[in-house]
Amino acid sequence: MKITVRIPTAFRRFTGNADTLDCSVDTLPELLGQLEVRYPGLQPHLRDATGQVRPFLNIYVNEEDIRFLGGNNYRFHEGDEVTLVPSIAGGSPV
Amino acid sequence: MTEHYQLRCRECSRAWGNAPLASCEDCFSPLEVVYELDVVRRSFTPERIAQRPANIWRYAELLPVAPEDRSALPVGFTPLVESSRLGARLGSHSLYVKNDAVCFPTLSFKDRVVAVALAQARAFGFEVVACSSTGNLANAVAAQAVIHGLNAWIFVPADLEAAKVLGTTVYGARLVPIAGNYDHVNRLCAQIADRHRWGFVNVNLRPYYAEGSKTVGFEIAEQLGWRLPDNVVVPMAGGSLITKIHKAFAELAALGVVEPRPVKFFGAQASGCSPISTAVKQNQERIQPQKPVTIARSLAIGNPADGYYALRMIRSSGGWAEDASDPEIVAGIRTLAETEGIFTETAGGVTVATAQELFRQGRLRPDETTVLCITGNGLKTTDALAGEFAASPAIEPRLAAFEAYLGEVTVPVQGD
Repeated sequence: MKITVRIPTAFRRFTGNADTLDCSVDTLPELLGQLEVRYPGLQPHLRDATGQVRPFLNIYVNEEDIRFLGGNNYRFHEGDEVTLVPSIAGGSPV
Repeated sequence: MTEHYQLRCRECSRAWGNAPLASCEDCFSPLEVVYELDVVRRSFTPERIAQRPANIWRYAELLPVAPEDRSALPVGFTPLVESSRLGARLGSHSLYVKNDAVCFPTLSFKDRVVAVALAQARAFGFEVVACSSTGNLANAVAAQAVIHGLNAWIFVPADLEAAKVLGTTVYGARLVPIAGNYDHVNRLCAQIADRHRWGFVNVNLRPYYAEGSKTVGFEIAEQLGWRLPDNVVVPMAGGSLITKIHKAFAELAALGVVEPRPVKFFGAQASGCSPISTAVKQNQERIQPQKPVTIARSLAIGNPADGYYALRMIRSSGGWAEDASDPEIVAGIRTLAETEGIFTETAGGVTVATAQELFRQGRLRPDETTVLCITGNGLKTTDALAGEFAASPAIEPRLAAFEAYLGEVTVPVQGD
């Protein structure tokens, strides 16, 4: 599925200043994997050593926290907009 | 750097000086204000503090604000009420209520955090201050922005209580209702803060803002005669207040102002929004977010910003967390009003109801000193009590009518 990822200012130093990215993925683990390959500097800020989403990173699909949509099991829809928001909350793994 | 305080990352410990930062720019974890306690120690003594005005600035050395940036508002120093009647009801021989229902100027503990946040907003040169809020913070920012000459933009869930909406707009603040719950509002504010150079009290000013909550802890200790209680029961929304009371006690002990002793921290949530208490009770390592459904809207944060730290701290203190249903919250409000003459909002009902349950479970013990933190005023959430009290029909303005009325009614006997 083609989705758009919104990159917060804090992360743009790892993305060559790109504020949005287009990706073609089906799930969150696939998305994170793709981001980590394209932008290795982002890796430690996305997932911790155990592969879980970092506690202080929140991920939204359109307006909803992805944890309410099934987390890792959520399958993206064409045109979904994914927003990464660091450190507004001490979240939990998806 | 001339200040004796600065920001430090809670995870990687990198120091950042003083700046409006939402998180550590290295690892994107939350920031905390740390102090040079050797500098603080020179003047932070009970004797000196006793001579200072009765407001939060009496603890200035442990607040991250330069003297010239403070407002003159007498914020804080609310009563610590010895509550023997409530104690008798709950089963405690040594119970106190920290009554922030009468905090100046907007009747909630949020006045404390905002006093610190707006002083820093001024220091950083912001012209606009903003916040996401479940209501009390909105009121506090709107009122104190007037005093600092700042423009206030307030973002709230659209279904907020009418009194909290009115208590924001009356000060001339711009209120932006958002069609969503607090967590939606908070996420939007993080994005707005990322784009506009505004001082968001609970985003890029959050590390400073949160320090204001410590004054609840300083006051409890001072009002107990520079002594720490055995237990504290604290309502939890984002989970910040409970961690900051803990920090306050730890700082006082480190300075030698109080005798160090273990204090157990007990968190109180509404059952309809209980991500932190659920994690405590189910022994989870991380917080699972929830969709709030509760009358305690000031606590309706499903994705608590400091939940992770609150969870860890409660556990390590030997405390516990519980939650209260909507009917129990209403009963808690009534219990406090009927025993101590204090009318608290729904969050206070949560605290009283939770304390009652903790005494019942034996986690709070009768002979220990327990402090309940009442954080807001009941006049802001009167809709929670709608239908609780039947309206009496009017009687004629004649003595005979009153005598007849007396014969008809049974005067309720409340209390012990």
